[in-house]
Amino acid sequence: MPDPLLTINNLRIEATIYAPGEKPRDAMIVDDVSLTLEKGKVLGLIGESGAGKSTIGLSALAYGRGGIRLTGGTITLNGREIRLADAATLRSLRGREVTYVAQSAAAAFNPAKKLMEQVTEATLHHGLVSKSEAEARAVELFRTLSLPDPETFGDRYPHQVSGGQLQRAMTAMALCPHPDLVIFDEPTTALDVTTQIDVLAAIKSAITRTGVAAMYITHDLAVVAQVSDDIMVLRNGQMVECGSVQRIIEDPREEYTQALISVRRIDHKEKKPTDTPLMTVENISARYGAMGVDVLSDVSVELYPGQTLALVGESGSGKSTMARVITGLLPPRVGQITFDGKPLPGALKDRSREELRQLQMIYQMADVAMNPRQTVATIIGRPLEFYFGLRGRERDKRVQELLDAIELGEGFADRYPAELSGGQKQRVCIARALAAKPKMIICDEVTSALDPLVADGILKLLLNLQAREGVAYLFITHDIATVRAIADSIAVMYQGKVQRYGVKSTVLAPPFDDYTDLLLSSVPEMELGWLERVLEHRKMESAGN
Amino acid sequence: MKGIPISALLGLFFTVLYFLAAILAPWIAPYGMSEIVGDVWEPASTQFWLGTDNLGRDLLTRLIYGGRNTIFVATMATALSFSLGAILGFSAAVYGGWVDQVMARLNDLVMSIPTLIFALVVLSVMPVTLTVLILVMGLLDSTRVFRLSRAVAVDINVMDYVEAARLRGEGQRWVIFREILPNALSPLVAELGLRFIFAILFISTLSFLGLGIQPPEADWGGIVKENREGIVYGIPAALWPAVAIVTLSISVNLVADWVLNRTTSLKGGRGA
Repeated sequence: MPDPLLTINNLRIEATIYAPGEKPRDAMIVDDVSLTLEKGKVLGLIGESGAGKSTIGLSALAYGRGGIRLTGGTITLNGREIRLADAATLRSLRGREVTYVAQSAAAAFNPAKKLMEQVTEATLHHGLVSKSEAEARAVELFRTLSLPDPETFGDRYPHQVSGGQLQRAMTAMALCPHPDLVIFDEPTTALDVTTQIDVLAAIKSAITRTGVAAMYITHDLAVVAQVSDDIMVLRNGQMVECGSVQRIIEDPREEYTQALISVRRIDHKEKKPTDTPLMTVENISARYGAMGVDVLSDVSVELYPGQTLALVGESGSGKSTMARVITGLLPPRVGQITFDGKPLPGALKDRSREELRQLQMIYQMADVAMNPRQTVATIIGRPLEFYFGLRGRERDKRVQELLDAIELGEGFADRYPAELSGGQKQRVCIARALAAKPKMIICDEVTSALDPLVADGILKLLLNLQAREGVAYLFITHDIATVRAIADSIAVMYQGKVQRYGVKSTVLAPPFDDYTDLLLSSVPEMELGWLERVLEHRKMESAGN
Repeated sequence: MKGIPISALLGLFFTVLYFLAAILAPWIAPYGMSEIVGDVWEPASTQFWLGTDNLGRDLLTRLIYGGRNTIFVATMATALSFSLGAILGFSAAVYGGWVDQVMARLNDLVMSIPTLIFALVVLSVMPVTLTVLILVMGLLDSTRVFRLSRAVAVDINVMDYVEAARLRGEGQRWVIFREILPNALSPLVAELGLRFIFAILFISTLSFLGLGIQPPEADWGGIVKENREGIVYGIPAALWPAVAIVTLSISVNLVADWVLNRTTSLKGGRGA
């Protein structure tokens, strides 16, 4: 058996945490993790945020981000121990033997330089080949990654190409020096599903063609199942289990892995529309500023009491603008919203306190949706005071009831948002919305910033609350699995228009229009060979047309 | 009082000492403020701890009374500049649009005139009383505070929690005082320590130039002015006010740093 390319033994990584206003303390980021990676193989690292996946990935470059220290174990790359190697050795291997693909390509590229210069930079810096040869390699890689106009693609600046293309350009940058190992750190997480599938296919074919080994870091098990040979599941800096893709997907041994695999399989029976809708949106068009184009054009949807309408679409489709129009932050240019039988004034300042109370909102980033200087009791208590005039003990009692309703219980009222976990924060935001006893809540991507298991808990909570309080949700999301779990009716949005609208069972059943078909088929499924099947299917269809 | 770092304790000690001396001046000063008790520029002795000044008054007494005036004027001017600057700055950020533009441009206009010259011009036509001094210093300094508060508040104003408050129907007053102010406190506290020291330097400068606190009232800048000729003869009388200004500056900023540390904590200072 040949020597493995990379061996990590009993790796321990620590960091000192400097929380503002607190004494610095040491924390264990990665604890006793071992792995081996052979030439040409792909290892998937998966886990929720804080699991230490990126930290382990970067340790293959013997690099620790911001104050992180590699304190124990060995990292052997190509037969050399690199954990304690000196700076000169590390410089010679980084960007040459091991390269890195970051999550946000937009933030990783220098906007002032052309792509070609950046893609070939590491190759030339290490003096591997001449400039013309490096550029020839880059063009070849652009072609492998199916970038448009591979000959001239490198002459563009980062802002002149799309997010998916930029991510592929970064892959080209990583592959250009012909490294032995590439670390992919969530390369598709920031992309829309329809773009993600192209990037995923490009990365996979590039890996296969160049025979490079790779570590693929992601929180999405369905994605990693498409590209990896082996999967390692991580949690809180420790290994949960490790095995071949097939074994992990089909026969997960640990409870945590099983939970990850069965996530988003909430069964939700759709409710049929009742007689009178709670909210009717008619022929809404809206734009930002007096000039320019409509971000929303001619949108009409209806939401029934106690039901959920999901607005689905990729970024830029106008979903969030829709929320701004309904809340009155962006008055529509034309069109009318009717709420509870009465026309709703377009601008926020024209709405009565009662109209505001009926319509609450939950945000994507619970972190910034709560004032960090207010305690949970103030955050939840303020709507009670503001809308119902509750004060003192009465208010405290109701706050506690609401905390019970979001399954947080005692001891949370006096905490500040910084003392809550991501899921708890989102729960408090839900409680704040509920405190107003609204008829309708707008949920703007409320689960997309959360880890899958936590998101699952939030969705279940929202469904329970709907059953109990009869509140209607306008649920904005880009995630089809979430839609399946929670929606009664669905509006698929594309470029500011409603592409497809109806009850869930009709929208998600054939015959599809082109865009919905593309959107639905791009959602990674947790099975082996899904990517190949979809691509094959698309190829046949385009050949047939 | 547990867990206060030594630097902050030291700062707190001197700050409290200076403020107490200022408040209790008539009771702790060894002689009367303008009482001539000895010869001109007597050296330090058990009778006159810091020696005497150019007219034979006790220097320690003059310093204590001078500190009383200087600290009082600086404190009031800083309080005025902060309440005015912060409220106007937050309002400009929250209202936005033309209100913001008009206020910001007017502020730029005032700031474009050098502060000292502006103050000298105003004070040469107005009667120099404590009230006028405080008003002039406070108003001029508030332009700096306005700029800072507006810049900080513009950033906070676009946070989701402010939007959430607006969607709830909260008025501007709640948004300014309950959503923005607590989150803008850290930079403001840092600025406060600095501004207070600038105010002390400013009033000292004015007094040195003869447009500040008028004799026979004492103040630190005035003491330097009265005794400056002594420096030529090696008399240290003019240096003592400088020592006082330096120690107070450092102390106040040590305290401000500590308060800053406390206000940055997002856990209500409990973890500190």
